[in-house]
Amino acid sequence: MKLYEYMAYELIEKIKSKEITIEELIYQIYERIEKTEDKLHSFIHLSKEKALNKAKQLDEKLNKGKPVGRLYGLPMGIKDLICIKDSPTTCGSKILEGYYPPYNATVINRLIEKEGAICVGRTNMDEFAMGSSTENSCYGPTYNPWDLERVPGGSSGGSGSCVASGQTPVSLGSDTGGSIRCPASYCGVVGLKPTYGRVSRYGLVSYANSLDQIGPISRCVYDTAILLEIIAGYDRLDSTTVDIKVDKYTEELQNPISKMTLGVPKEFFGEGLEKEVKNKVKGAINKLNSLGAETIEVSFPHLEYAIPTYYLIAMSEASSNLARYDGLRYGSMSGDLSGDLYEVFSRTRSERFGSEVRRRIILGSYTLSAGYYDMFYIKALKVRTLIKNDFQNALNQCDAIVCPTMPTTAFKIGEFVDDPLQMYFMDILTCPVNLAGLPALSIPCGFDTKDLPIGFQIIGNYFSEKIILNIGYLLEKELNIFRKLAPIKDGGN
Amino acid sequence: MEGIRVSSNYEDVIIGLEVHIQLTNLKTKLFCSCNADYRGSEPNSHNCPICLGLPGSLPVINERAIEFATRLALALDSKINDSMFFFRKNYFYVDLPKGFQISQYNKAGGRAFADRGNITVKINGNKKEIRLNRIHLEEDPARLVHKGSIATSPYTLVDYNRSGVCLIEIVSEPVIRSPEEAREFLKQLRSIVQYTRISNLDLTGAARVDANISIKGHERSEVKNISSFKEVERALKWEIQRQRNLLKRGKKLTQETRHWDDKRRITISLRTKEFEEDYRYFPEQDLVPIVIDKNFIQQVKDKLPEMPNERSIRLQRDYNLSEFDSENLVLDKDIADFYEDGVNSVPSFGPNEYKQFCNWLMNDISRHLNEQNKTIPETKVQPKLVVDLIKHINEGKITTKIAKTFISEMMNGSSISKIIEKKGKKRISNEEIIEGNCKEVIKENPKIVEDCRKNPKAIEALIGRVMGKTKGQADPEITRRIMFKMLKQIGIII
Repeated sequence: MKLYEYMAYELIEKIKSKEITIEELIYQIYERIEKTEDKLHSFIHLSKEKALNKAKQLDEKLNKGKPVGRLYGLPMGIKDLICIKDSPTTCGSKILEGYYPPYNATVINRLIEKEGAICVGRTNMDEFAMGSSTENSCYGPTYNPWDLERVPGGSSGGSGSCVASGQTPVSLGSDTGGSIRCPASYCGVVGLKPTYGRVSRYGLVSYANSLDQIGPISRCVYDTAILLEIIAGYDRLDSTTVDIKVDKYTEELQNPISKMTLGVPKEFFGEGLEKEVKNKVKGAINKLNSLGAETIEVSFPHLEYAIPTYYLIAMSEASSNLARYDGLRYGSMSGDLSGDLYEVFSRTRSERFGSEVRRRIILGSYTLSAGYYDMFYIKALKVRTLIKNDFQNALNQCDAIVCPTMPTTAFKIGEFVDDPLQMYFMDILTCPVNLAGLPALSIPCGFDTKDLPIGFQIIGNYFSEKIILNIGYLLEKELNIFRKLAPIKDGGN
Repeated sequence: MEGIRVSSNYEDVIIGLEVHIQLTNLKTKLFCSCNADYRGSEPNSHNCPICLGLPGSLPVINERAIEFATRLALALDSKINDSMFFFRKNYFYVDLPKGFQISQYNKAGGRAFADRGNITVKINGNKKEIRLNRIHLEEDPARLVHKGSIATSPYTLVDYNRSGVCLIEIVSEPVIRSPEEAREFLKQLRSIVQYTRISNLDLTGAARVDANISIKGHERSEVKNISSFKEVERALKWEIQRQRNLLKRGKKLTQETRHWDDKRRITISLRTKEFEEDYRYFPEQDLVPIVIDKNFIQQVKDKLPEMPNERSIRLQRDYNLSEFDSENLVLDKDIADFYEDGVNSVPSFGPNEYKQFCNWLMNDISRHLNEQNKTIPETKVQPKLVVDLIKHINEGKITTKIAKTFISEMMNGSSISKIIEKKGKKRISNEEIIEGNCKEVIKENPKIVEDCRKNPKAIEALIGRVMGKTKGQADPEITRRIMFKMLKQIGIII
């Protein structure tokens, strides 16, 4: 077995036991990346030299018996909207070309500075996390390693494909309406969106700040649990983080689930759900039943309003969050500086933002405008509360909700390019979770006839990551498909 | 062109003020830990990712700012809301690195920090309550630096040191009826701010005012950027006159936003109503709602110092001062503290000395401070120096007239005996010396002496001449007695 085929926890063990050095690992990881990157385009920037230097430093420390942190040089892909000091962070946008943040995001301090992870590169994404396919990156799309003609999902598409293809054992993504779970589902890997307020957003470039959350992507639930233990927790720099004890997730994975009740929402199995997806998800639910979990039907009467509600809120917030990009202080500016300040601002923003970003800024500015605010934004907040209540009612009856992550398997590149609404509807099963602020895990539960992975979603109550990881871990063991790496090939159909 | 006619008729004028006060006594900014004391610092040196609005940065509320706002709200008798959140006020400008200002809003489901409140002013001896609408917290934008007037400057420089400094905005109801009322309102507000120790309004840019001005029955204009309290009266007078002149010429007033150009001392139009910015206010969700409980308010209340109106009543009672004197005295907390330190340091002082001390402070010392543009703590004068000055006068060692010439040296910290030594201005009470001077004056001024036969007041002129000869040192009472005696001796008066 090659090193890139191992899980993160296995690699950590190998380094701990001095079976391999960190430098060897990082070197082999880059070998793998160099061999596959042309086909996948998972990364926007790679930082081989920096990573190898860091590896050497850590090895030296290890040799001297000094602590190197819990991650022992674990290589990671980091989505390109999480700030790393003095390292380019573009959010997949031309407007941030040449921007080097002068500070680290809190998760970077915890993973890299404190626990010794190594960032091997910045993963590709839809511009400012706006999209479900990673086609909206100004650096071009990422390709799904199971079928190179298909999208890897988005917006954290690079973080999904790099893990699925063995380019890195783990990565970080961010999830606003499904941006971790969608690529996890389409790429056949594990992705967790933690409870809103569980992981610090300090240093995460905002798309829709009341919905955004950073989370890990990995090949097995255990690896996600390792990373969550490190990144979760209160941060005084993010007022929305909650000071609740962080569980020992890795130690709670094998608990029996025989006393658990799982809610199956009938609306999540409605129109638009592919039959093969439905069957595999039902099959996984049966496995959980066989492990002793009871299932009940729960109801989400307001699910049909989730998409408009989500997009109204996300676009409104985005229009404000993205107001700061004018090219004046950082990033890139239009080459034509003629006219007054506002003309230069407008020109820079028209030239440097992609069409999907501009669409969302314009719609969001509109919905916040005088006369429309009550009709759109305030109404959306009210419906958000109703959707939250739906979840609360369901979770009063069960320990977790189980359902598909995506209604389909990965679609073809360009399939929805001219139909943004159709693309928005792909988020139907993921975005309600963000509106409610709940944690949700996606794990692979099988393949369709085209050999494309299918994602299984487990939604928990607030701060109950322990429970959904526990369920996910046992299901993963039962299904036993998680070791399979993506083949990196054309689908041929 | 017709000039600006000055009119003092303000019966139909309606003014509302929005006063922005920087909480200069806060050590750090409103949402980050950068040093808020930027004055005199290298431009763009008090910054971090938060106050520069860098991507990914998040605000964290400065809890002291909440305490400061609570103090002011209590002092203004405003009703503090028990829970509230911040809003984003969206607009593009170079002074706003995030493209929005974090502020508070009392519409769209939001609430101000506190509602209502009032400030009592005295207009022509009558008390008037000026009602407040609300007060709220917000962050200061960056400071723009121009060469000369904003209208003609070839460039704009941006100093982000001010970006994120805590401002408190006090919004009055449109119940101010003249520029003079506005001045009195600001005078009282300045005093209250000083007593609550939240800001030093003597610092440049610590207070800025926007004014809504209209003439009854016509559209209003909003004059922005009046950069100090002192400028407000001037800007209001100018703007009212501008509106009147337009009406006089049969023009219609339009709702517009104007800018006070303090270099040229005129208001200039920025934009009219149809181009008014839509700020797209909506909740700032990077900050959690603020909950202010009753215990907290009580704690702040317990620590609140005596306010100027309460102090004025106490000073009238304890020091037998008139309402007029005490109200003037308490206006500047430093002056009032100085007063109490002084009069309390001498157990033998009574109502006469209390009044004397007050007069010295309110007249000669205040005049000196105004001329020097200084506050009393910025000088070296100590209460015991004024006590000494009064003692010297009351013990007959110097005359009041001489004492007045001591003020500037006393303000520099010189002791009274040192000043006397240096100036040689001790009181002359030696009767032989005074007699000699009187004799000379009588000899030199036969005409005035003759006058004394019919005009008893002419003797004052002779006494004045003696004072002149002795450089004011001759004791006026002894001089008077001797002059009378000598004029009697030579038969001028009986």
